[in-house]
Amino acid sequence: MSAFSLNRRTLLKSAAIGSLGLTTGLLTRRPAFAADLTIGIIYVGSRDDYGWNQAHAVAAKALAAVPGVKVVEEENVPETVAVAKTMESMVELDGAGLIFATSFGYYSPFMVDAAKKYPDVQFRHAAPLWTDKDPKNAGSYFGYLDQAHYIDGIAAGLSTKSNKLGFVAAKPISSVLSNINSFAIGARKVNPNATVQVIFTGDWSMPVREAEATNALIDAGCDVITCHVDSPKTVIQNAEAKGVKSCGHNASQADLAPKGFITGAEYKWETIYKQYADTLAKGGELPNFLSGGYDLDFVQNTPYGAGATPEAIKAADAAKIEMKAKVPVYVGPLKDNTGKEVIPAGTVHAPYDPWIDQINFLVEGVTGSIT
Amino acid sequence: MSGTDIGFWGVPLAMFAGAIRVSTPFLFVSLGECLTEKSGRINLGLEGTLVFGAMSGYAVSYLSGSPWLGVLAAGISGMFFGAIHGYICKLPKVNDIAIGIAMMLFGTGLAFFFGKPFIQPQAPHLPSINLGGWSDYPQIQSALEINPLFLVGIVLAVAMWWAFKNTRWGLIIRMTGDSAPAALAMGYSVDLVRFLATTVGGFFAGVGGAFLSLYYPGAWSEGLSSGQGLMAVALVIFSRWNPLLCFAAALLFGAAGAIGPALQSVGITQGYYFFNAAPYLLTLFIMIASVSPKRSLKGAPGELSITK
Repeated sequence: MSAFSLNRRTLLKSAAIGSLGLTTGLLTRRPAFAADLTIGIIYVGSRDDYGWNQAHAVAAKALAAVPGVKVVEEENVPETVAVAKTMESMVELDGAGLIFATSFGYYSPFMVDAAKKYPDVQFRHAAPLWTDKDPKNAGSYFGYLDQAHYIDGIAAGLSTKSNKLGFVAAKPISSVLSNINSFAIGARKVNPNATVQVIFTGDWSMPVREAEATNALIDAGCDVITCHVDSPKTVIQNAEAKGVKSCGHNASQADLAPKGFITGAEYKWETIYKQYADTLAKGGELPNFLSGGYDLDFVQNTPYGAGATPEAIKAADAAKIEMKAKVPVYVGPLKDNTGKEVIPAGTVHAPYDPWIDQINFLVEGVTGSIT
Repeated sequence: MSGTDIGFWGVPLAMFAGAIRVSTPFLFVSLGECLTEKSGRINLGLEGTLVFGAMSGYAVSYLSGSPWLGVLAAGISGMFFGAIHGYICKLPKVNDIAIGIAMMLFGTGLAFFFGKPFIQPQAPHLPSINLGGWSDYPQIQSALEINPLFLVGIVLAVAMWWAFKNTRWGLIIRMTGDSAPAALAMGYSVDLVRFLATTVGGFFAGVGGAFLSLYYPGAWSEGLSSGQGLMAVALVIFSRWNPLLCFAAALLFGAAGAIGPALQSVGITQGYYFFNAAPYLLTLFIMIASVSPKRSLKGAPGELSITK
């Protein structure tokens, strides 16, 4: 979106302002009172996908219940110039004072450009991408879901009978790998015989291949299946249909698997969204970079399902307390699955260590390859 | 579970199971397309029909509680899409390929629009028939859990193959496909035959869509088809407009799609992007191997706009 591309709306608006003899300076859009705050939320997919978008939509709903906050949403917005148009209409037509762009590809150049064009509007993006070179009215927020996957792993490790856990993953990038690793570390901490088998599907949303991967894992003897794909519905449903247990991802899938659901790693965007709304209502400045995990209540686990054994619940509850106290997951000595030492003895990587964002290996006990 | 660990045998077994699980939508769409093309028209819109069939089947199954009613609804909605294509192509100077592309976008768009409220709910699924009770291996038992639609597809393929050869109707369809003037001389309405062939072809594709949403993978979502309808259209060409070969090609595609996950599940984890691309590579190789610039495609209906 270039600064010169006036769309019809902008043009009409400027014309109207001009004809009324007003200066644009009088029409700043920053809300004076909390009662004015309109928040725009943009989703890349559908709001009820049992996954990433739903996690945001649940939070949006909670946010809409806050007095004085109005939420406007648009779903299925592609990561193209379409999102620039959506942001523009949210600002111009709905008077949004804060916009959440929830998909990775929205950030650059679309959100950055929009932030430059509308310096009075706050823009926040759900991935750790903001740097100090970017506009000050833009920013990032993120939750460390690997902490919740660690809890999943502990519950799964004590709920399995075959000691084989299956993980259907989209792509071997660090955020996915850290979830797989945390899951495996959790499982092997409580059950040293447990192994995790990974199948990468190669894309974020491939329902048929995800179903095939789930079946292949079950045929290979896995009796607990979890995943990191955009919409875990297919994986969880197929696992339940085959009579194996499952752990969720992104949002709650508990009702998809009444017999085999153990627990799931969920984002709790609601905490972040409410915090933002609160700050703006008090007239404060929003932080440019906000990230956290269990300790800040940014991630959570789905309530235990019928698949969780009593020992699993006990151990997972204990681990939740540890996570809230910021007990580290990545503690040396730790080997990767090729036998190379990745954390030497005595080294500890604390929960928000940037090292965790750079993970490019699978830990010992995981069968799978990142190439 | 050591007694049931079958190691590397899992790969051929997974391919076999994958062939059965994944092939049905390919089979139905390619049979529908085969019928349409035999009558001398190409309907590229079957991807849209497949997606709309998946959505309407899921929606009706959810609202009525009967998955078979959903299958019927998917077929009927597919029929409407076929009929629209058939009718528009009847008009003078209309290109069937362009209309097909338009129908594809129309079908997917409409399905996304109406499908919004049905992404979340869970519709009752189609039942499966278990033919693997004789085996002690859970892997074989699960591979032989067969959906009735798969069996219907086999019967349909054989019936179409037989009908093209042996019935008057089959002859009329082949004649309109091979030479419109001949059909006109015999006193048959070319437009009507093609309209009906496209409509019935749409019905098959719609049923294929219902399999996707009501059996495997078994939920309505917007990424459900990921191009399977388009690949099925290509399958018709590589199975030389022969319904029996359509069945074989659908099985081959299903099996090729299962290679990637199956190899990873037995520990062969390198290069999965390559294995995941197996179905597409397979198409490419078969196409290259079977096409010659020196002759036209064997078995191609003479009236098809791509071969004319």
